[in-house]
Amino acid sequence: MEESSTNYFLIIGGVLFVMLNVAAGLIWLERRMLALWQDRYGPNRAGPFGLFIVLADTLKLFFKEDWIPPFADKAVFVIAPAIVVVTVLLGFVVIPFAPGIMVADLNIGVLFFLAMSSMGAYSIILGGWASNNKYALLGAMRGAAQMISYEVFMGLALMGTVLLAGSFNLKDIVEAQRGLWFVVPQFIGFVIFFIAGVAETHRLPFDIPEAESELIAGFHSEYSGMKFGMFFIGEYLGITLISCMVVALYFGGWLGPAFLPPLAWFALKVFVFLSLFILLRASLPRPRYDQLMEYGWKILLPLTLLNLLVTAGIVLWMNE
Amino acid sequence: MIITSEDARDRKRKKQVSGTYYLILLKKGGNMFSILRSMWLVFLHAFNKRDTIQYPEEKVKLSTRWRGRIVLTRDPDMGERCVGCYLCAAACPVDCISLQSTEDENGRRYPEFFRINFSRCIFCGFCEEACPTYAIQLIPDFEMAEYNRQNLVYEKKDLLIDGEGKYPGYNYYKVAGMAIGGKGKGEAINESEPVDIKSLLP
Repeated sequence: MEESSTNYFLIIGGVLFVMLNVAAGLIWLERRMLALWQDRYGPNRAGPFGLFIVLADTLKLFFKEDWIPPFADKAVFVIAPAIVVVTVLLGFVVIPFAPGIMVADLNIGVLFFLAMSSMGAYSIILGGWASNNKYALLGAMRGAAQMISYEVFMGLALMGTVLLAGSFNLKDIVEAQRGLWFVVPQFIGFVIFFIAGVAETHRLPFDIPEAESELIAGFHSEYSGMKFGMFFIGEYLGITLISCMVVALYFGGWLGPAFLPPLAWFALKVFVFLSLFILLRASLPRPRYDQLMEYGWKILLPLTLLNLLVTAGIVLWMNE
Repeated sequence: MIITSEDARDRKRKKQVSGTYYLILLKKGGNMFSILRSMWLVFLHAFNKRDTIQYPEEKVKLSTRWRGRIVLTRDPDMGERCVGCYLCAAACPVDCISLQSTEDENGRRYPEFFRINFSRCIFCGFCEEACPTYAIQLIPDFEMAEYNRQNLVYEKKDLLIDGEGKYPGYNYYKVAGMAIGGKGKGEAINESEPVDIKSLLP
């Protein structure tokens, strides 16, 4: 009992440490990758390959003036950025990184993930509302519009994998992919879940709540210092979480040929999806929020339902 | 049965409405492929050469017409080209040029002081265009950063260079028709002898 609880805390600490560092490292990765795809170099002065830019950015965030506007709703204003970090970090609880490296082996892992990732929308809306600034409020409103356009099919999209695996437990879902990764039978589900994931983390092209060209910075216009940093880190954590989920649900999680340890396979696959997130940012323009809603409700939701129906039919037929 | 124009219009409208949904789907489908295509094209940029010039180590190649730091040039005999005509100061839209003209013992005009406040200068090049003697020139040098604003005020000793700049071989006093020490009327290049206005002979 004593040993297992130490182990437990070791895993929690490890996951926290690794994920926060990955999120910070993504600052560098994103800038380098964007530069690569725009024929630039990106940060390459501070330290080897400009890696110390992470350190510089972190220090800068810590030492900036942390200002709360006098017209803001103080309590909500302070809580909002914390919500995104807390909920996303809680989302990591159910991710099976490798056999044995998993914080909580929940039977309703997928549902827990969905609940936690949906809570992130609160931070946008509360943050934008508490700022008491019209641009921030517009950003928050767009955030709400975005949320009701992707949340409807996000959960439904991954029910296909749940049907195929017969479990809400992410570990079982990964184990069920031993023969064939779910990306093959659930390709539509994967694409839709990925689109929903991009919208969920409000990353480009779906960075509608924080469109810097139209809304200054949208919902976090009034934020500074580490409060802004939490939104910033929360976004990167969100990308990592969605990438982890995509890998666990559709790309066989830690499974892979034996010449690499399971954790390395997981990290490698996650890295591919992190790069894909950045590639999306480099290549696509931002839609209007009504376009996103139309796209979500008229195209993706029917497609998701159809996918679920067909999958359910096939699963029934196979079990006969 | 008579088909009225209203019926036809109605039927057409119905057809259009039912077609719209498929049209939207088709359009969205087409959009999706264009999205994938643009992502692929952007990805291919990973293998392109990078355009960045690594500046402090690698210098930028600028054309000679580039409007950078302002200099005062000299003529081929190493005399000052500037004749203190104030045209540059008058042309300057931000009033950053200030000078005082004077004459030496040969009757050649030159600026007693010549001062350009580069913290005001907008590098428009109007001074260069206004200059009748090619004295003031903008050269392709932009590395003028200073920690102290006052250091951006350039005096004549900072502005005057030991060269002719972009117009080599030009000497204003050699072509101007005015008499100065060592050169009388009519002795300039391409200048004819002065006409004796008091004589009746042709």
